[in-house]
Amino acid sequence: MNRIWSNFKKYRFLLVELVKKDIKLKYRRSYLGILWTLLEPLLTTAVLTLVFGNLLGKGGRTFPVYILTGRLLYTFFSGSTKAAMKSIRKNSGMIKKVYVPKYIYPFSTVLSNYVIFLISLVVLFGAAIVFDIKPTWHIFQSIIPLFLLLVLALGAGMILSTLAVFFRDLEYLWSVALMLVMYTCAIFYHVEDLKLGSRVWIFNFNPLYLIILNFRNAVFGKPMDMEALMISGAFSFASLLFGIIFFYKQQDKFIMNI
Amino acid sequence: MKKEVLRVENVGMKFNLMEKKVDDLKDYVIKFLKRELRYQEFWALRDISFTLNEGDRLGILGLNGAGKSTLLKIIAGVLKATEGDISIKGKIVPLLELGAGFDKQYTGAENIYLYGAVLGYSKDFIREKYDEIVEFSELGDFIDVPVKNYSSGMRARLGFSIATIVEPEILILDEVLSVGDAKFRKKSEKKIKSMFDKGVTVLFVSHSIEQVRRLCDRAILLEKGRLVASGSVKEVSRIYEEKINS
Repeated sequence: MNRIWSNFKKYRFLLVELVKKDIKLKYRRSYLGILWTLLEPLLTTAVLTLVFGNLLGKGGRTFPVYILTGRLLYTFFSGSTKAAMKSIRKNSGMIKKVYVPKYIYPFSTVLSNYVIFLISLVVLFGAAIVFDIKPTWHIFQSIIPLFLLLVLALGAGMILSTLAVFFRDLEYLWSVALMLVMYTCAIFYHVEDLKLGSRVWIFNFNPLYLIILNFRNAVFGKPMDMEALMISGAFSFASLLFGIIFFYKQQDKFIMNI
Repeated sequence: MKKEVLRVENVGMKFNLMEKKVDDLKDYVIKFLKRELRYQEFWALRDISFTLNEGDRLGILGLNGAGKSTLLKIIAGVLKATEGDISIKGKIVPLLELGAGFDKQYTGAENIYLYGAVLGYSKDFIREKYDEIVEFSELGDFIDVPVKNYSSGMRARLGFSIATIVEPEILILDEVLSVGDAKFRKKSEKKIKSMFDKGVTVLFVSHSIEQVRRLCDRAILLEKGRLVASGSVKEVSRIYEEKINS
């Protein structure tokens, strides 16, 4: 344990450098730069509002903000886990030649996505002002679901990056799984509007939905849903713990497979 | 009595080779159902033991596929041995594949920090040595140009300059460095020589017996993953020559 910690400290600077590199290179190539991060969720939210709000006549005045909260959190989760899944293969050149703790690749990938995600929350702030949502003290609760989101993404990233070393076609499977996650995240509908009753079992098995639920509660000034918090918290930390153990057990075999 | 810096004990490295490479889930399931998942075990190294004291310069001889690179990778920490133990005292600098950790879209200056971090140096240390690295690499204004526009010589020069900025206890060399042009080669050889004079421990892999004789004082000979000879460079290289000629 002590050795792992001192190793982590030694390579902390590398972790920072890799996160910086991801972010820098992402914006160096595009003309709109960081603006794109802000524009993209706004545009998709406009589309979703048009389809589900206006055409289907659902929602209400603050529906765009409701969609935006779900969209932002889901996009981070899907983007970071997909990128983390490829991280070991992408860095195979380095892994084969120099010793670096390997977990640093999925970790730095998720972290750089998280930084970009936090920046994109500015959009939500703007939208909340436009649609006249007054922040209450409940907004401070948002730190908890945001933290759980990071833990969940790190855990899923570790598991996926390990599996993807051995199975290249996992990418396609994960895309399908993400589709299920997306539709059960209630991004563009209210769960209460479903005909099946208030909360169907499947929502309780989607930790991302439960995280989004509590994030929305914070934004819309409602108290935290404790049951959702417990389940999503347990899910997130269990996936991180399992991910780390799984990764450590398999990492010595990586080199022969990449 | 000189200090022991490297101890390799009964090291073995086993690879599981599939008859046909299976690296996706679809193939895996099909092969599993048809019961065609067969692994072939293959020992790239077996029962390797030796120790190095401070200042020893060890040449590793062997034909292609004898396990030389595998052994170096295990010592450098890139591969983990299947069995056996390795204990190292001090900082290892592997001068293998210089610039492997570079990001091509990054400039030379940015890569100094990135590659330095890969080698486990701290930020302050790199900042302190930054000018020295740039000066030694002779890149001048090119340091602010993305590495993808570098020639291979320039890349290797930068890699060499970053890797040798520390004073290592153990230096791993794969073939003698042929870095950059004649002038830079002279400079890099001088730098390595000065490390030799300070008593650095060296692990050196080469096909050239002549180079090994010139640089090393001890040698080991590997054959099909086993240690077949160990001793002074004279003796071992003589055995190796006999094996080649027979």
